[in-house]
Parts: sequence; C-alpha cells; structure tokens
Amino acid sequence: MATIPPPPSKRQKRETLALTQTQQDATAKFASADAGSFKARFVDSEGNETDAVEIPLADASEKNVSLLYNTLLGRDREEFIPYRFHIQNAQGDVVQYPSNLLEYFQKNDISPNEITITLVAEPQAVFRVQAVSRLAHRIPGHGQPILTSQFSPKTSSRFATGSGDCTARIWDADTGTPKFTLKGHAGWVLDVRWSPDGELLATCSMDKTLRIWDPETGTLLNHELRGHKDAVLQAAWEPYHLRENGQRLIVSASRDATARVWNVGTGRTEHVLSGHKSSVTCVKWGAGGENGTGLIYTGSHDKNVRVWNASAGTLVHELAGHKHWVNHIALSSDFALRTGYFDHTNDIPSSDADKKAKAKARFEASGKTERLVSASDDLTMILWDPANAGKKPVARLHGHQKAVNHVAFSPDGTVIASTGWDNHTRIWNARDGSFIRKLLGHVAPVFQCAFSADSRLLVTASRDTTLKVWNVRGGKLARDLPGHEDEVYTVDWAPSANNVCSGGKDKAVRLWRN
Amino acid sequence: MPQNEYMERWRKLHGRRLDHEEKTRKKAAREGHKQSYEAQNLRGLRAKLRAQERRKEKIQMRKQIKAHEERDVKTANQNDPSEPMPAYLLDRSNPSTAKAISSQIKNKRAEKAARFSVPLPKVRGLAEEEVFSVVHTGKKTHKKSWKRMITKPTFVGPNFTRRDPKHERFIRPMGLRYKKAHVTHKELGVTVNLPILSVKKNPSSPLYTNLGVLTRGTIIEVDVSDLGLTSASGKVVWGRYAQVTNNPENDGCLNAVLLT
Repeated sequence: MATIPPPPSKRQKRETLALTQTQQDATAKFASADAGSFKARFVDSEGNETDAVEIPLADASEKNVSLLYNTLLGRDREEFIPYRFHIQNAQGDVVQYPSNLLEYFQKNDISPNEITITLVAEPQAVFRVQAVSRLAHRIPGHGQPILTSQFSPKTSSRFATGSGDCTARIWDADTGTPKFTLKGHAGWVLDVRWSPDGELLATCSMDKTLRIWDPETGTLLNHELRGHKDAVLQAAWEPYHLRENGQRLIVSASRDATARVWNVGTGRTEHVLSGHKSSVTCVKWGAGGENGTGLIYTGSHDKNVRVWNASAGTLVHELAGHKHWVNHIALSSDFALRTGYFDHTNDIPSSDADKKAKAKARFEASGKTERLVSASDDLTMILWDPANAGKKPVARLHGHQKAVNHVAFSPDGTVIASTGWDNHTRIWNARDGSFIRKLLGHVAPVFQCAFSADSRLLVTASRDTTLKVWNVRGGKLARDLPGHEDEVYTVDWAPSANNVCSGGKDKAVRLWRN
Repeated sequence: MPQNEYMERWRKLHGRRLDHEEKTRKKAAREGHKQSYEAQNLRGLRAKLRAQERRKEKIQMRKQIKAHEERDVKTANQNDPSEPMPAYLLDRSNPSTAKAISSQIKNKRAEKAARFSVPLPKVRGLAEEEVFSVVHTGKKTHKKSWKRMITKPTFVGPNFTRRDPKHERFIRPMGLRYKKAHVTHKELGVTVNLPILSVKKNPSSPLYTNLGVLTRGTIIEVDVSDLGLTSASGKVVWGRYAQVTNNPENDGCLNAVLLT
C-alpha cells in the first residue's frame, strides 16, 4: 500500500504507554454478562421520540439495538432497515455508539440505572456497496485529457465522459468498450449531464454552446443551444417530478456571468438568470421552494450564491457570506434528483404519473428541507437552508487550510465531504455542520470526490495520480487505487452498482470494480 | 551627514547650476553620438568591455520590447490555457504542471537506450595536477609533500567537519564549497535553486566522486521535493539526479539540468 498511516500522535502513544503500565481490571470485560440493563429512548432524524425501553447491557450491540428499534416501530421482518446510533449526552453532545457500551458508561461516569439514554437513530442503506478494488478496464480513445465524467442514472453499464479533444464519449461499462463518440463541439467539453430519466445527455463546452444528445443512438437532438457569450461551465437538469406537460428543461452556467434556462424541445431560452457579476461556476436545480416548484442555485466568482425561482426566473435570495470565489455547491437532494425514479430495487413504474410520484417520494425522503452547502476559495464552506433560514447561514465550516474545491452531500444526506487544495478530505455533519473527521493520505490537491450509493464509502481523485476509497464512518482508507499515469480530474461512482469511472490527464478512461 | 557627500551638501545649500537641466538634456541627446563614436573607435580590451556591456543592454532592451508587445496584444481567450483542463481549474493561476512531465520522463527512461543517456555525454578529463595543488606548509609536510588542496568547487555533506591537520590529506576550501545548485527542468522550462543531496559521479575519476568535486558533467543528486513531483503510486519524489552544465570554478555558480 502506498499510503503509510501517520505515526501515532503523542496522545495515542501516551495512552498505549499508560495501558502497559497500569494493571488492567481483568474482570471489567466480563462484567457485562450480569451488568444489568439501561434505559434508552430512541429519537429519529425528524425528532420523533419513542418511549423508554430497558435494554440488557449484555445484548446491547449496535446490531441488536437496531433490531429492537425496528420492532419498536412495528415493522415486519422484511421491512427492517439497518440503523446506526449516536448517543446524545446530557450536554447535548453527540457521540458515536461505542463498541463497548459498559466501558463508555464507566469512562463518562454514567450510571445507566439512573438516567435514560437518548439514542439518535440514523437509517442506513439496506443494500451495501463494496469498495472498488481493481482496475477493470483501461479504455483509451480520447485524444486529450478527460475533464468530466458521469454515470447514467438508469443503468450502471453506461457512462459518459467529456474531453479536451472536443468530443464526449459514451462507454459501455460492462464490456469496457466505447459505445458512441459525440462529435460536434468546437471546444473542450467541460461537463456532461445525464437527465434524471437517463433518456438524454447534455454536454457543455468551451465553444459557448450546450448540446443535447440521445444516448441510445449517439445522435444530436435537433439543435445546439446557443446564446451564452462565453464558455458554458456546468449544466443541471430539471428534477424529474417537476416536469410539466412533457417539457424538458435544463439550466446552464457560463463564464459570461449568466445562467440560462433552456427548453430542450424547442431549443429556446426560457429565462436568462443574470445578476452575477462574474463567472458562474456551478449550478444546481433543486426541487425545494414554495409548494416545491423548484429553485435554481448558482454559485459564482463574485462570492455570492443566488437562489432563483425556477418557473418564474426571478431572484429569491442572494446568499452572501463568502469572502472569495464560490467554487462548488451541493444540495442535500442531489442524489435523489440525479437518479429520479431509479433506485436499488430496480422496479421502474410503468406510467408517467407513477414515475413522477416515485421521483417525488424519493426527493421527499431525502430530507425535510433542501439544504445547500457552498465551498469557497476563502478556505471555508457555508451550510445554508434557504427554505427555513433564508439568507442566514446555518453554519460556517472552518478547517480547510487551502481553498476548497469540491463538496458533496452523501446520498442519505447525513454527511458532507469536502476536498481541497490542502491535500485532504474532510467529513462534516450535514445537520449542524460540525466537523467529524479528516481523511489524510493524498500527497497532492484532491480534485473531486464521490459517494457510493449507500453512503458508506467515498472515493477521492487527486493530482497525485491515485484514487483512494475511504470508509466514511471509520475514516479509514479502504482502498488505494494507483493506476493513473497522471492527474485524475474526475471521478464518479455509479448510482446503482460497484462501478467507479475516472479520467484525467493521461487520456484513458479507467473503470474500477470490486 | 557622511564626510564624503560634499556635492549633495553643496546642492542643498545653493541649489543646482542654473543651466543644469539644459546641460543634462543636451548630454542625453548626444548619447547616441557618443555610443557611435565609441563603437567605431575603441580598440582592444576597451572595445571588448564595451561590446560586453552593449550586449547586456541589448538583451534587456529586447526583453522590454517583448514585454510591451505581449501587453499590447489583445486576444479573445487570453486567459485560456493551452492544454485542456476541467472547469474548476480554469481562471486559476496553476502552478507549473511538474507532474505531467514526470510521467513522460518515466516512459522515456523505460526505453533502454535512453536509460543511461545524459545531456553532456562527453566532458574533458581532469588531471590530478589540475585539481590538486600541493601544500607545503611546515617542514615535514614540505619534505614529504603529502598534503593536497582541491582547487575546484566541492560539495561536502551537511554535517561535515574537517579532520585534524595531521590526517587531513585533502583540503576542501570553504570558499569553494557549494550547497545549492540552479537546476533547470527542461520540459517545464523552469530553473529552481535546489539543495544538493550528494555527488553521485564525477566522470573524471572515482576519487573526485568521493571528494565531492563539482566540475562540468558531474552527476549530482538534488532535493526536488519543492517541485511537487509525484511517482505513479502517488508518493512525493524526493531526490532526483542532475548534471552540472557549467564550469563552476569559472562562473562562481552551479548550474545543472535535471536528468530525463
């Protein structure tokens, strides 16, 4: 393994030394058999509490408690959801469920017989994504560095990449072969976006245009979308459940300081979102807002994030707070909106209305309100909640020592991962923005990161030519994936399977599997 | 006020001559004539010195002209870098992409022929008489003449201390020791002042290698950790070989190129 873990800190050393020097109480470990029980009450993320129940300490492993909670909620055995727990102590602090509960009680001077413990339950994905471990395919084809990549929401066997050779390509991930080459742009392809139903693919380019393709045939859909006066940097599709009478809308962000909402069918600009004073670097289309009609979020080099009403094209909020460029923004509902009505169960509703209903249900399950986190060059991130808190930031996330380049919400919306120029990745609590841990290992700036669909794993791409897979909960390096010959610019984890695609300066697409 | 600044003092007391501006203007106006006269009439050493001076001036002029031209040209995509990069790297002043080159270098070195090629394959050999001078201090030393002083620049390690005079056969003078070299990365087109780690090979003699003699063609190991090169497995490259390209004993500085 290329990454050597850092040497133990002074504190760790002191603790191990103390362990060797003091005589251990050999009975402590076995005491749990007759240690009695404790009272616990469960709280879910919405704040709903259950009545206090008594749990024998001997059986209080996290898995057992999870089963207990499921039965308390009155679920059938087939509907059981795995849970992980946090203990909320008297001061309101939250700690992870310890592996040895008795030891935890002893250490914190809690006598479990006297108080009721509050356990905060966090539902986990019912499926498990395994860490990618090997290079399955190295697919040459692009003539220039690969700048962007994205998996199709529909199937994990298709993904698209955009490159500096002015083409985008669609690949077959199962066989590791090229499927279509999308030629036509006159500039680098900076972004590729699959529509949430997987029927269309949008490409943004330096040549100031946006093109929409049919990924089934690899052909251009009627015309290119012209109108921007400078390079188009990013695009975002309208959430599936907000589509009205078959219109498909997309918003694009450009360096000419505007964002435009396009109607893909007619090729016309619906709205021009102008107001930013500098290059608009990132755009997201969320489904929040009043009556859930949709909001567009744009981050710009003019240090502000703007929130627009998607249907009217009017400004709702201007979120000022950063002191330098906004590099990237992420929504808590990103994953749900990206994948629309596709989920791990593979049952796709047949009718249009059902599809919309399912997409809407998935969006609503992703959290009560849509939250936004913006990463900036001023070394901080800000967590916003435009629906509830308006222009007021929920929390400012301090910690990075250099500019923050990329930020992502986990699919279940509980944690935020941020990567920056200071070579490390940081994990934050998405609820209150508190810092959880730092993932050390890369030796060069980390460009991008992507969560696995079950939120348990995170893959990061760095300038140091490696990908690294991290265990989000433990903060351990799960896999180190060397193999690229040069900087890795982009990485994406398939929303439904164990596939990771990456691309970078060495011009070959790489596909990683378990 | 310092003693020797009598001209400044006089000026403060009495001001300039009344015709001072006129005189300086005229002098400047005749500058071209003077240059021309000198160019045509100076001979010998003075001509050489003047040519040398003039050459430096011309270099500066050309640089300045080029800078002005670059400033004046306005292109549509002035800021766009020549090689493709993702949207999040645009508009940033990217540090020179040292990494790209290192992989090219690796590919090249994999070819067998290139493995042992160096920029300066042949250099003039150095005889011991040229490198060492005999030290004649003291009666015994004089009689046996066993002590040598190295007349070329050398590199000694960071924690080097001299041996006692009785056992010190080779003296490496303090004034000729070097710790850093100006190392050029050819592909990146940058020159960085890097600390020397060791002398790997002096082509003239293994003895010179041991003594750390720095002459033209010597292979040295330099600390490139500042350049931020990484290996394929994502570790920072630390030491890298470089070859000395100038005659440090003549120039008073040490220039080298990184080996590819």
